[in-house]
Amino acid sequence: MELLPLYLSAKLATIATLILIGIAAPLAYWLTNFSWRGKSLVEALVNLPIALPPTVIGFYLLFLLGPKGSVGMVWESLFGGTLLFTFTGIVIASIFYSLPFAIQPIKASFEKIDPRLKESAYVLGLSPAATFFRVIIPNSINGIAAAAILVFLHTMGAFGVVLMVGGSIAGETRVASIAIYEAVESMQYEKAWALSLAFIPIGYCFLLLVNRLTRK
Amino acid sequence: MSLTAVLKKKTRFFTIDVEFSCPDGQTVALIGPSGSGKTTIIRMLAGLETPDEGRIVYRDRVFFDSSRNVNLPPQKRKLGYVFQDYSLFPHLTLYGNAAFAAHDRSDVDSLMGFFGLTALRDRKPHQVSGGERQRCAVCQALARNPQLLLLDEPFSALDVVTRRLLRNELKKITETRTFPVVYVTHDVTEALFIGNAVLPIVAGSIDREWMERITAPAAGTDARTKAARTTKLTLAY
Repeated sequence: MELLPLYLSAKLATIATLILIGIAAPLAYWLTNFSWRGKSLVEALVNLPIALPPTVIGFYLLFLLGPKGSVGMVWESLFGGTLLFTFTGIVIASIFYSLPFAIQPIKASFEKIDPRLKESAYVLGLSPAATFFRVIIPNSINGIAAAAILVFLHTMGAFGVVLMVGGSIAGETRVASIAIYEAVESMQYEKAWALSLAFIPIGYCFLLLVNRLTRK
Repeated sequence: MSLTAVLKKKTRFFTIDVEFSCPDGQTVALIGPSGSGKTTIIRMLAGLETPDEGRIVYRDRVFFDSSRNVNLPPQKRKLGYVFQDYSLFPHLTLYGNAAFAAHDRSDVDSLMGFFGLTALRDRKPHQVSGGERQRCAVCQALARNPQLLLLDEPFSALDVVTRRLLRNELKKITETRTFPVVYVTHDVTEALFIGNAVLPIVAGSIDREWMERITAPAAGTDARTKAARTTKLTLAY
């Protein structure tokens, strides 16, 4: 069995998940705890990837990350080189694509926290940032872990977005989902079976874990 | 007078309009039925709610002044606050909770010793009784060495026996401190026991008639008891 696409998928999912949790946790806290004008507009924008077909997201990202897109231009001026058809490019694309799937469960776990804990921390002298790290995060760690698993699985399975932005370059952007598609296209069913079967135990075990984490 | 509060705030059903003060080392008990505005008053003192108008001054520090646009956040008021039911941090042990904002760890040990929590220091809040949780909440508030202690019906969720025990312990410990204490309760006996002054709050205002009734001695009490009670209950307005 060819392990390289599976390894690439796992690497992509791990990196994207770590970055996403770092972005999504403060963003979800901001959305949960503060109200300002235009909040619902921002919230809808963050959640837009849920409502769009992955190929559409991929299409826009192709232009955004490309040499004439704003992200692509900033990247090129900072680091040189292009984002398209690179591993870094598909990491960035996956972050956009999976952001709502990280935000939603984290936000739900923040909303479950008794608001009096926050007040309690404030009267004890903690700043909002210190409250976030010392009170909110430790009390929603299960929800955050569940969100991390869901995002990991979601990114493992990404196809349309990755294909649009990364194409299918062996060892760089040919992740498992693309390798399966190509195997089927070229009628290498054995290869497609082997890769597809690998997903079932991974997905099943992780979902059991999510269940355990969110049962409380 | 070291804590002075003039507070006005429109609520859904009435306007809170009170004015009171509390000297250092003394306890003012705010008493009133549920929904009378006492919790909102104590929350305004803490900075968790903002009055529409008024002034809160502790010694020479202005916590709030609507005319000068001053409104210190709760973090800067250096308070001890004990909530109605337990608001300990569930992820920390009792010791972790008591020491959460403490300046001096040895204070935490002696406070936990005073409240009989030393043996339970490594338990989590859900592993101890309601009384022990509230004792810990009082430790947490006192351990940060507050300049003002606010208690919002701290023992109302407890059974009568535990409530009495805690009330005694609290009185004993606050008597040794020099900061003002504001204590909210709906229990008259508790208010009379804890408070050097009692303020009955009805529909957001101080009910002076009720206040006189509470502080007047029952029929048949002799003049000496009456004098003693009146001295004890220096009314706070």
